[in-house]
Amino acid sequence: MKLKTADGGWNPYLAGAMTGVLMILSVVVAGKYFGASTTMVRAAAMIEQKVAPEHVAKAEYYQKEKPIFDWQWLFVAGVFVGGLITSVAFGDFKLESVPPIWKERFGRRILPRAAVAFLGGFIALFGARLAGGCPSGHGLTGGLQLSVSGYVALICFFVGGLIVANLVYRKGARHG
Amino acid sequence: MDKLQIYGLVTGILFGVLLQRARVLRFEKQIGALLLRDMTIVKFMFSAILVGMVGIYALHDLGVVKLSIKPLILGGNIGGGLLFGFGWALLGFCPGTAGGAIGEGRWHALWGLAGMIAGAALYAELYPFMKRTVLTWGDYGKITIPQALGVSHWLVIPAFILAGLGLFWFLEKMKV
Repeated sequence: MKLKTADGGWNPYLAGAMTGVLMILSVVVAGKYFGASTTMVRAAAMIEQKVAPEHVAKAEYYQKEKPIFDWQWLFVAGVFVGGLITSVAFGDFKLESVPPIWKERFGRRILPRAAVAFLGGFIALFGARLAGGCPSGHGLTGGLQLSVSGYVALICFFVGGLIVANLVYRKGARHG
Repeated sequence: MDKLQIYGLVTGILFGVLLQRARVLRFEKQIGALLLRDMTIVKFMFSAILVGMVGIYALHDLGVVKLSIKPLILGGNIGGGLLFGFGWALLGFCPGTAGGAIGEGRWHALWGLAGMIAGAALYAELYPFMKRTVLTWGDYGKITIPQALGVSHWLVIPAFILAGLGLFWFLEKMKV
């Protein structure tokens, strides 16, 4: 098995296994399992607090997921920092306004991409909160604990994704 | 920053490094998996799950760590899971990878991040309604696959490892 893939990336099995070790260490050291989508709820509450603090104080969901910088908030911020440092260090940082697959299919204009990406993020996060997690919280964390909800959600993530990706990107998409 | 926040930040940075090096942060890889053309993220994810599974269950049996299972609620897991998939395919990033993608310079992920925060805000408004309706449909509580089958997790874990290795073998054979 090769240590590097054709596009110069690390072997995904090896990097994945290292992520597995990292998840174990996180639970042992901090008592925390990976997750990401709750942070978007806290971020939303933090923004709403600036304009309508009474509303945030009354909203049941924001009392459940309070507007605080908890372990997961810093974890999600850390992924940004890790992506930045590593891409700069290895020379593959690249400012990109529209993804290449999108450009091939729909052109280089920023506005259509921005609108679809915003809508996609909106639907995805609403769905993740309804499902109780995202590919981190349900997929990785639920999956490794053999949780039934994790596998039900993970299968639904992929089924929903397969349907829409094939409708939207099938034509014009090349091998990444 | 308190100790937990530092753990969160450090864990997130390390996760970001692994995601970036394995190319998992890329739009091309996420959409590639949903078009069944490039299964890098699936290889990464299941390698992490299998390693994490063995470690967490071993440490759990030794009394070192606690499990944290999300409840199986068919209405939420399936409905929310499918919605997540639809949005994920439109955006090309998930909540955990969007921040890392921005770190790599793929700043178009910012639109998705804004959409996610807006989607979280809407979910917070609708949560009391969801709690009375969708989140009561098919509520089976916090169950794992070994519990549902009534067998030891040390029977299920080897089966998952074998299934995972079979999947990896198949993906390599198909060259995806």
